[in-house]
Amino acid sequence: MSIFIDEHTQVLVQGITGKQGSFHTRQMLAYGTKIAGGISPGKSSQTVEGVPVYDTVFAAVEKQPVDASILFIPAPFAKDAALEALDAGVKIIVLIPEHIPLHDAMEIMAYAGHKGAIVVGPNTFGLVSSGSCKIGIMPNQYFIPGPVGVVSRSGTLCYEIVGHLTANSIGTTTVVGLGGDRVVGLNFIDVLKEFEKDQATEAVILVGEIGGSSEEEAAAFIAASMSKPVVAYLAGRSAPPGKRMGHAGAIIERGTGTFESKVKALSEAGVVVADLPANLPRLVKSALT
Amino acid sequence: MKLYEYLGKKLFYRYDIPVPHGKLVESAEEAAEAAAELGEVVIKSQVLTGKRGKAGGIAFASSSVEAENEAERIFKMALNGLPVEKLLVEEKLQIDQELYLALTVDGTARCPVVLASLDGGMDVEDVAEERMIKWPVDITIGLQDYMVREICRLMDIKDDLKKEFIKFLPKLYRLFRELDAELAEINPLALTPSGLVAADAKVTIDDDALYRHPQLPRIKEKTALELKAEELDLAYVELDGDIAVMANGAGITMATLDMVQHYGGAPANFLDFGGGADVEKTSQALELLLGTEPKVLLINIFGGITRCDVVAEAFVRVRESKGITLPVSFRLVGTNEAEGRAILEKEGIKTFTSMDDAVRHAVELTGTT
Repeated sequence: MSIFIDEHTQVLVQGITGKQGSFHTRQMLAYGTKIAGGISPGKSSQTVEGVPVYDTVFAAVEKQPVDASILFIPAPFAKDAALEALDAGVKIIVLIPEHIPLHDAMEIMAYAGHKGAIVVGPNTFGLVSSGSCKIGIMPNQYFIPGPVGVVSRSGTLCYEIVGHLTANSIGTTTVVGLGGDRVVGLNFIDVLKEFEKDQATEAVILVGEIGGSSEEEAAAFIAASMSKPVVAYLAGRSAPPGKRMGHAGAIIERGTGTFESKVKALSEAGVVVADLPANLPRLVKSALT
Repeated sequence: MKLYEYLGKKLFYRYDIPVPHGKLVESAEEAAEAAAELGEVVIKSQVLTGKRGKAGGIAFASSSVEAENEAERIFKMALNGLPVEKLLVEEKLQIDQELYLALTVDGTARCPVVLASLDGGMDVEDVAEERMIKWPVDITIGLQDYMVREICRLMDIKDDLKKEFIKFLPKLYRLFRELDAELAEINPLALTPSGLVAADAKVTIDDDALYRHPQLPRIKEKTALELKAEELDLAYVELDGDIAVMANGAGITMATLDMVQHYGGAPANFLDFGGGADVEKTSQALELLLGTEPKVLLINIFGGITRCDVVAEAFVRVRESKGITLPVSFRLVGTNEAEGRAILEKEGIKTFTSMDDAVRHAVELTGTT
């Protein structure tokens, strides 16, 4: 079991003929993801890794049903590609690129809302239902099936944490990267709700960071509506106010989004916050028993 | 990119948003001349920091002599460490009422939001929650007249002010959308006998959208090294400590800094050299770090898109060309880990597989140098 995606999910790759697009198509296929087709305007006679290439998303969905699309498209053109997939009826959009303009992201999210679709990202590593379907750019070997759901705002830090789990023989149901931008599609609460419903998920790890208020909002949700144990790790304890730490969202402004306010909110909601990533396997194990 | 007040007001003017008459000056003499022309004036330092008034960076003058003296005083100041290079000298407004108005991005609702209050002129954090009206706008339909009428009702605006406000707000929304603003804030929005006037302007443009606004000036508020990093497309922030840190990914870089502090060390910087960097870019990132003259270098790589062998090769290359002598703590796992480790071992460089071990080692090293 898993959330959002599984072994039946049919995936499109927009920008499949590019360097990133073709490389990660190969990686996703190796993981076992069902790739229905790729999109690259003007290159419809080609195949990439045996996957048929179409000019438009509409052309691809005429041929077979499509559940999700992953975008390897340069930021200035990402809005157009995302809207195309949404308009063609794709219900899960995974936006890998970073530096998508904020107003473009807002337009994508609004349209997705009207279409009843889910957007993951932008500036995300994607999502993976361990052992069955990976729609993203994360290294394959760390994502083994197991009972823990993981939701994270950052990429490599999430690999670090899942790496610690794997080293301790703890697998995952689904791992979702929300993305590091100020406006992203899925948020913690959207994902926590699904983990709460998912029978295979027994505990959840939340990986957050300074800036914004999504961890505080997640804490309120956990306190009110989660029966499953949640443990957390938060990055940015040492960050000075007013400096943006790489992620557009990771900036402490006007006293909001501080490390302390997030730890406090989560602790009050009964979430154990780990001091170090290496402590998470132990905390998860004790939550599972 | 934050814009200086005078630039924000230039943009307001272009969008038919009333601003006070004023002049930008770079010397006390020019300030005196401007005051002679404008009469009673307000003199405002042009620096990218809030609370200029409290810090003494804003002054009133009723004569050109007074304006000259005040300007001279302000030019000598540093506000939050920022030197004052320009002043905006403006006519003093006759203000009957001060409002607050802003458009910004609501990250939670994923849409633009109008913030409006009858309690303007003070710190926005000090405005009572129920006195600050927040109206999220569906970006696919934009700001409609009915929304503005509803905002007026919620604010409990009186009739003649309401007419003004209904004309005013859509102009700010248009500016916000067309210029890819993250923030367009007017505090105070002054009600004068001739109508609403933007007495201040705080505009921030989305850095990621600057490419489609070539007409906008580029403003730098960064240190020389931060600018260099920007050129190289690296996310770099200077900090106060002595352990230079380099990692791949914003979250893990932050976590590395946290861990340095956890084990009693002090990071010298935040440097995320991103995913999938080649040898050239990795070398440049390393050289940048060495320029900060740290005591210890800590490299934390969890390779996904980033390849360990590329990082190792870059390190060896920079070490040879720059003659790195400072102690290094190197953590290397992930894609092409074995190849990367082999390259480093040939050079006699030890690597760690655990982030904890590497960070602890780096902190120990600061004690020995």
